[in-house]
Amino acid sequence: MAEYLVCSEDEIADGGRKVVACGEREIGIFRVKGALHAWHNMCPHRQGPICQGRIYPQVIEPVDERQEVRTLQYNEENMHVACPWHGWEFNLETGRNAGPAKYRLHRAELAIREGQVYVVL
Amino acid sequence: MDISNKDRARELPVQQIDVFTDTRDILAHANRAAKKRGFEDWLICDVDAHHTETISWHELVQYIEDPVIRHQAMLFHDEKMGTASYGLNGDMGLKYQDVGGRIPHQAGIREKVDDGVHRDVTLSRRAMSALGVDYMVLFPTPMLTLGLHPQPEMEVYLGRAYNRWLIDKVLSKDDRLKTLAYLPFNVPKEAERTIEEFSGQPGVIGFCVPSVRHKAVHHNDYMRIYAMLEERNLPIAFHAAYHWQDQSLATINRFLGMHALGFVWCNMVHMTNWILNGIPERFPKLKSIWVESGLAWIPFLMQRLDDQYLMRPSEAPQLKKLPSEYMRENCWYTTQPMETVNMKALQLTLEMINAESQLLFASDWPHFDFDLPQEIYDLPFLSEQAKRNILGLNAAKLFNLDPTVRKTL
Repeated sequence: MAEYLVCSEDEIADGGRKVVACGEREIGIFRVKGALHAWHNMCPHRQGPICQGRIYPQVIEPVDERQEVRTLQYNEENMHVACPWHGWEFNLETGRNAGPAKYRLHRAELAIREGQVYVVL
Repeated sequence: MDISNKDRARELPVQQIDVFTDTRDILAHANRAAKKRGFEDWLICDVDAHHTETISWHELVQYIEDPVIRHQAMLFHDEKMGTASYGLNGDMGLKYQDVGGRIPHQAGIREKVDDGVHRDVTLSRRAMSALGVDYMVLFPTPMLTLGLHPQPEMEVYLGRAYNRWLIDKVLSKDDRLKTLAYLPFNVPKEAERTIEEFSGQPGVIGFCVPSVRHKAVHHNDYMRIYAMLEERNLPIAFHAAYHWQDQSLATINRFLGMHALGFVWCNMVHMTNWILNGIPERFPKLKSIWVESGLAWIPFLMQRLDDQYLMRPSEAPQLKKLPSEYMRENCWYTTQPMETVNMKALQLTLEMINAESQLLFASDWPHFDFDLPQEIYDLPFLSEQAKRNILGLNAAKLFNLDPTVRKTL
């Protein structure tokens, strides 16, 4: 097991990220709703650089009581990262795909000590 | 706790990929994958990649042959404000391929280009190097709907100008870049003239009919064109696209649906006419390539046409074998966008089309649904020889290209 020092904890603001190389592996560390989440920078689709993609709120289409729809909306409760290669989208907190749950990001372990963020591989 | 340099994470220079990111950074993972798989000794031909010709439209219109139209086009670009490219039709504002900015390389490639050659040469070279490609066949992008132009002569003006411009500015600068030259198919006599003029020009390895158009590929007007290509041993490609004016797709409201069906439907219609009217019987040595419709449509059409043909052979009297047999023996297919969610279906598809000899790798870079060579390499059900054929050797044979590996990874 190896540990890699990334940065001090406060260097990653809420909504921000840090994508780093730890030896041969690349990890993206994101802060969402105050908490840090780390994912391998490897999209399960075609191994694209998922952690370097744009971040969007989840898109929803509310259905009213008549089963009719009118607008698309953003749901800021669920923040997604979209792979810049082909657009596959994943929840930044759970790593789950925006569609089928069977597609997931691969989580990396983090350690926080004395205000410093470490990736543990 | 002491942390040595080797235990420090290194921040990547690109934190978020956008339209200004260098192609080599966008495709860094692809390059690593190519090295990992040992592609340095694999011939890889990318039979369908793109550039955005409209970025150079002010330059391209100077190659319009007709002096009056050329003058109009040049003044249009010098003086008009807030307009699209001169003479181009199409759904210019309905191009949602980048999924609302999620796929930046589809929206635009705005990286720095200062190599002293045309930007399309530099950008193509960067993509080839990153993907591990030896030869790249370039197609235009917005021009793929020119077949629907209300002025048939505009397809001639712009198609010929594009061919001349592409050869002069791009293909003649790097012999690894190729094209299937634009055929102004709505004006058959001009298409014949195009074949006469551009056959043998630098980088021209065949001709392309953009598939969205309402002309029947079996019309007698086209027989001379097919004979000319067969005599010259040059393939004809039907390159798919979509367009929102297609009445058969008029109820579709999401780009996902338009793209999924539009890029297939045009080629399904042409293939049906191509086979049922016996074009492969009339021109048995003519090689047709079906580009950018993916692969999943082919088994459906094979089954459907075979069944219907056996019930109604009197309506297709030229056929001597099943439609599916022509489709697997006389037709070639490009891989992209290769549907992979159901691998069993893909395996069956590759068997049905005799992929070992008829399938040609294509990336479609830089479009949103681009494929990588590794996707062929990683297929668990193909032999190494089949993979080598699909990735490059089939194309080398079809286009008479030197099969020597040209790249350095």
